[in-house]
Amino acid sequence: MSLLTVEHLTIRFGGLVAIDDVSFAADDRRITAIIGPNGAGKTTVFNCLTGFYKPDVGRMCVAADGQEWLLERMEGFRIARDAGIARTFQNIRLFPKMTVLENLLVAQHKALQRASLFSLAGLVGAKSFRLAEQAAIARARSWLERCSLVHVADDEAGSLPYGAQRRLEIARAMCTGPRILCLDEPAAGLNPAESVELAALVRSIRDYEKIAVLLIEHDMSVVMEISDQIIVLDHGRKIAQGTPDEIRANPDVIRAYLGTDEEAAVSR
Amino acid sequence: MASQKFAGAVREAASVALVALLLAIPLVGFRLVDGLRGLTIDTRFDWVAWGVSAVFLGRLAIALSGTTRRLLPDLKSVGAALSNLPGGLSRFAGGAMLIGALLLPIVPFADRYVVEIAITVLIYVMLGWGLNIVVGLAGLLDLGYVAFYAVGAYSYALLSINFGWSFWLCLPVAGLLAAAFGVMLGFPVLRLRGDYLAIVTLGFGEMIRIILLNWKDFSGGPNGISSIPRPDFFGFPFARTAEEGQTTFHQLFGLEFSPMHRIVFLYYLILILAMLTNLFTLRMRRLPLGRAWEALREDEIACRALGINPTMIKLSAFALGAMFGGFAGAFFATRQGFISPESFSFIESAVILAIVVLGGMGSQIGVVIAAAFLILVPEFLRDFSQYRMVLFGMAMVLIMLWRPQGLVSHRSPSARLGGHA
Ligand SMILES: Nc1ncnc2c1ncn2[C@@H]1O[C@H](COP(=O)(O)OP(=O)(O)O)[C@@H](O)[C@H]1O
Ligand SMILES: [Mg+2]
Repeated sequence: MSLLTVEHLTIRFGGLVAIDDVSFAADDRRITAIIGPNGAGKTTVFNCLTGFYKPDVGRMCVAADGQEWLLERMEGFRIARDAGIARTFQNIRLFPKMTVLENLLVAQHKALQRASLFSLAGLVGAKSFRLAEQAAIARARSWLERCSLVHVADDEAGSLPYGAQRRLEIARAMCTGPRILCLDEPAAGLNPAESVELAALVRSIRDYEKIAVLLIEHDMSVVMEISDQIIVLDHGRKIAQGTPDEIRANPDVIRAYLGTDEEAAVSR
Repeated sequence: MASQKFAGAVREAASVALVALLLAIPLVGFRLVDGLRGLTIDTRFDWVAWGVSAVFLGRLAIALSGTTRRLLPDLKSVGAALSNLPGGLSRFAGGAMLIGALLLPIVPFADRYVVEIAITVLIYVMLGWGLNIVVGLAGLLDLGYVAFYAVGAYSYALLSINFGWSFWLCLPVAGLLAAAFGVMLGFPVLRLRGDYLAIVTLGFGEMIRIILLNWKDFSGGPNGISSIPRPDFFGFPFARTAEEGQTTFHQLFGLEFSPMHRIVFLYYLILILAMLTNLFTLRMRRLPLGRAWEALREDEIACRALGINPTMIKLSAFALGAMFGGFAGAFFATRQGFISPESFSFIESAVILAIVVLGGMGSQIGVVIAAAFLILVPEFLRDFSQYRMVLFGMAMVLIMLWRPQGLVSHRSPSARLGGHA
């Protein structure tokens, strides 16, 4: 059984069927890309997975460590906390007035809150809490290093340049210790050099962490290079699924993209 | 170029004069005269004309010389310097203030009046710090904070009168009751933010006041509750003569009786309570819960995506903020000896919120400065009797022009990568 199984996912907004009977599965140590034209429903899939929207039909199941979580029945924060789905947002959502390090500590809320015995041990400065806090800072540091953000660790997150904010959002998601990482257009707005760096980061997450990566991305060079599996959405329907090579050759995909800028990119 | 500037200045002055005219006609232009044949209306349009001309010429002069523009940046840079105080310096300022506060009752000029005012300031500092948890840290705009102050005050008054509980027993109970009311307010407003939250909390504050006003059997209604037990020094009352089998405070220490003893005791009591609030908040900011409060203020959706339960975070902020309001209320009741719903009107909530906003949301030291300012300035302006509130309002407007983000907008991080914050 796959780590994540999505079956017959359907959601309507008024008359608009934003996602129409989409099924797919994702495994750990794999990058699953979701592509499609603007408005195809990609972000909506993430919003369903992470509990921001409740689907009208469908089943979303995370199976790991001998346990199963049915996402459509869970509140958003429980999905993140218990099922272990972390995400980034298409329009970055950091805690801008807090420092980079604090952003990463907030992400480790679950462990720290438990170590502080819901603040009691923390208030009296118990040693167990201080150790947990040091561990949290060490974990944050390791992610800052991997995202080349150590030198700005104590700066306000909102003051970082755009590319650094994107990386910080990924680092923050990883600090929650997720099983599944959902990245919503992480390369949007990055320059080519930054895109390459980002692709390397995403790939290293796949290679060294035991997690599944779901990736929404418009930059086809990034998608084709790092994905293990690609799902193509169009008008809320899944029109294709396969390896990058299969997708490149798929006539439906080419048709869906026809007339848009991305046509050239896909057939390249 | 010059003529263009002049035309602009005239236009600006004219528009300001128009506003002055519109305000002056009803406010200055008409006057009720209590004459022989009853009330008559007298007009003073000459006054209006003089006033409006003065406004026009004054504004024209300012616009031409460009003083405002020169003046404001200057003030701004001072403000920036103030807000960018490095952590060490602001800690130094805090320490200096604390030492000053500890020594205050001993200094020679500190008579009864001074210490009484200092107590009032400290009550507001404590309330400001309590509300700072809710508004400054968690970002939940609460316009009904005075309700918790009232809950604390009435808890102490009723428990001590009806059950004879001592202040030290009532204090935690008052805090817990206020916290319970905080949760009660928290539940219905969980989904609300910003303006909507402000309106509902405002309504909650008024509800508590109106219940206290109308539930006569419980709270004494508009007459309030009087002869609330005054505090004693851990069982030794501050009284001229002891009752049967009791030792008074001055006998205990072999002093001459003085009414100042109780006042100084109250002063240190509120100082300790306020400092407890402060230390608690400073500590909480470095704990996961405190960080989650700030994260919630910054972005609730991101919090959710990180597995943080916003319900718990909001309720805890409401409850803990309310708890300190309750402590302050219990202190208020024992200090005054008399409470009535009048003390807990909306304007109190507004003043406390003004303290937090003026101080710079989330800044502990800013709250102290703002509380001192908001309580002391009207006090000093008593000599100006009827212009008091005008001057006070003007001072507020100037500060908001000068520092829209509050007096102290520096935020010190709760953790640093290198070592401790
Ligand atoms: N909350 C919502 N209410 C109404 N329509 C929505 C909502 N969220 C998304 N949609 C619609 O669903 C469709 C898919 O949107 P989205 O998932 O954001 O597309 P994309 O593939 O570009 O990420 C769009 O037509 C969008 O307008
Ligand atoms: Mg999208």
